[in-house]
Amino acid sequence: MEDKNKNLIIQTENFQLFYGDKPALKHINMGIIKNRVTAIIGPSGCGKSTLLRAFNRMNDLISNARSEGRILIDEEDICNKDTDLVALRRKVGMVFQKPNPFPMSIYENVAFGLKIAGEKDRARLVQLVEKSLRQAALWDEVGDILDRSALTLSGGQQQRLCLARALVIEPEIILMDEPASALDPISTAKLEALINNLKKDYTIVIVTHNMQQAARVADYTAFLLLGELVEYDETRKIFTNPTDKRTEDYITGRFG
Amino acid sequence: MKGWDKIFALASGLCVLIIFAFLFWIIFTIARNGAGTVSWEFLTAAPVEGMTEGGIFPAIYGTVFLVLVMTVFLMPFGVMAGIYLAEYAPQNSRLTQTIRLAVNNLAGVPSIVFGLFGVGFFIQYAGRGLDLALGLETVFSQPCLLWAAATLAILNLPVVIKTSEEAIKAVPEEHREAAYALGATKLKEIARVVLPQAFSGILTGAILSVSRGAGEVAPILFTGAAYFLPYIPKLPTDQFMELGYHIFVMSTQSPDVEKTAPLLYGTILVLLLLTLALNAFAIMLRVRMRRKYGR
Repeated sequence: MEDKNKNLIIQTENFQLFYGDKPALKHINMGIIKNRVTAIIGPSGCGKSTLLRAFNRMNDLISNARSEGRILIDEEDICNKDTDLVALRRKVGMVFQKPNPFPMSIYENVAFGLKIAGEKDRARLVQLVEKSLRQAALWDEVGDILDRSALTLSGGQQQRLCLARALVIEPEIILMDEPASALDPISTAKLEALINNLKKDYTIVIVTHNMQQAARVADYTAFLLLGELVEYDETRKIFTNPTDKRTEDYITGRFG
Repeated sequence: MKGWDKIFALASGLCVLIIFAFLFWIIFTIARNGAGTVSWEFLTAAPVEGMTEGGIFPAIYGTVFLVLVMTVFLMPFGVMAGIYLAEYAPQNSRLTQTIRLAVNNLAGVPSIVFGLFGVGFFIQYAGRGLDLALGLETVFSQPCLLWAAATLAILNLPVVIKTSEEAIKAVPEEHREAAYALGATKLKEIARVVLPQAFSGILTGAILSVSRGAGEVAPILFTGAAYFLPYIPKLPTDQFMELGYHIFVMSTQSPDVEKTAPLLYGTILVLLLLTLALNAFAIMLRVRMRRKYGR
């Protein structure tokens, strides 16, 4: 990886995570490059979602999870006890596997992140909501039905709404946890096109079990197996000329 | 085997039939005997001639007043406790289990015990303390609406705690995650995502306790309900008349049973309709909220 050492926005240093006594991530060392799309692939239960959720400390919600090592975001360790989680999560946004819009109007969903931060200026809210709905390529479909319940939208639209909801607070990094796994092929294609557009302004880390998807959208790909980072390189290299035998076995479909 | 199957099915069906027959009989009797009595005058006048004539307005008024004050005591404590149990308490710790067990046991305590507790704690302890502290003479240290409402609130706490806790827990985890991922604090997550969705469930608990509170007699027997009052209570420190207690009084203390009977049926009918209306209101609200939140 020629530009591996420049522009690293996330760096993990010997990061480990345990559920009780069971290790879920073992000595992860990786650097994620700014304004690129990085995919994390691997079989079910390999720890890819856990790793993703370490970047915005969502694992904190699991009562028996505990971590060791460091994760630096913009050179700042986010694994401290006194890390400001609110600030961290506003900097590192997330889109989940299953579209999870709030049971509120489309407008309220997108405005949520701004409102909880205390934004009250209605004109500004309207303007920012429109901006992120445009960024998420949803404005043309919902621009004149903003008051309608978000639950009336299709699955693909809901997922793009969740993306807009994450974009509105202007994060630097967007984590996506198998964002297309509940979507049909057309919605998936739309989402992938979006990811490609968004990387000029954001750093994107995407977990996927779909290797074609990783090959299509990611600049870099990390292969995780049993909580271990087996190989991490440019996507092209991973899919055409992997160094590790286990990576080759996985991408050629010999297991997983 | 087939024969037993049939007998069992028949027996269970018969039990349902018997229960319904009783229910129908009770309601029919009350409606038939009470319907003629319930008039505008009956609802708006005070009882006269030793409760053999006149209406039940003071009792209706007292019941509504009582239930309102009860709700003011009940809801903040009940909902906060439900929030604690669902959101803050360590879910599988022994302490939390003990608290849940205690709440369940509280629900099983006979209501007359709550009534006596009300006398001991609210009137003789809290009331006397208040009077002493404020330099008053027997204002709070006597049976009154305030303490009756407080006693009734304690009686209903388990219902509200449980329904609130369950309503809060029913909010999907993925909505909580979404809120946290957007930088919500725990408080904002609760206030903006959880409570709006749990609202209909919490409200159901509230209305259930209101309709139950309107009919309970034992807890208010010693804590504030009056046999008969020549005036309408204005302050929470006044005594009051109440529908359930009024029914008890009319059926046991009337100087002329024959003349009181129609009034008695009418009062029961009013109490039943009041409770029915409250329950219907609860169901309506719940359906509306469900539709709004798509669940």
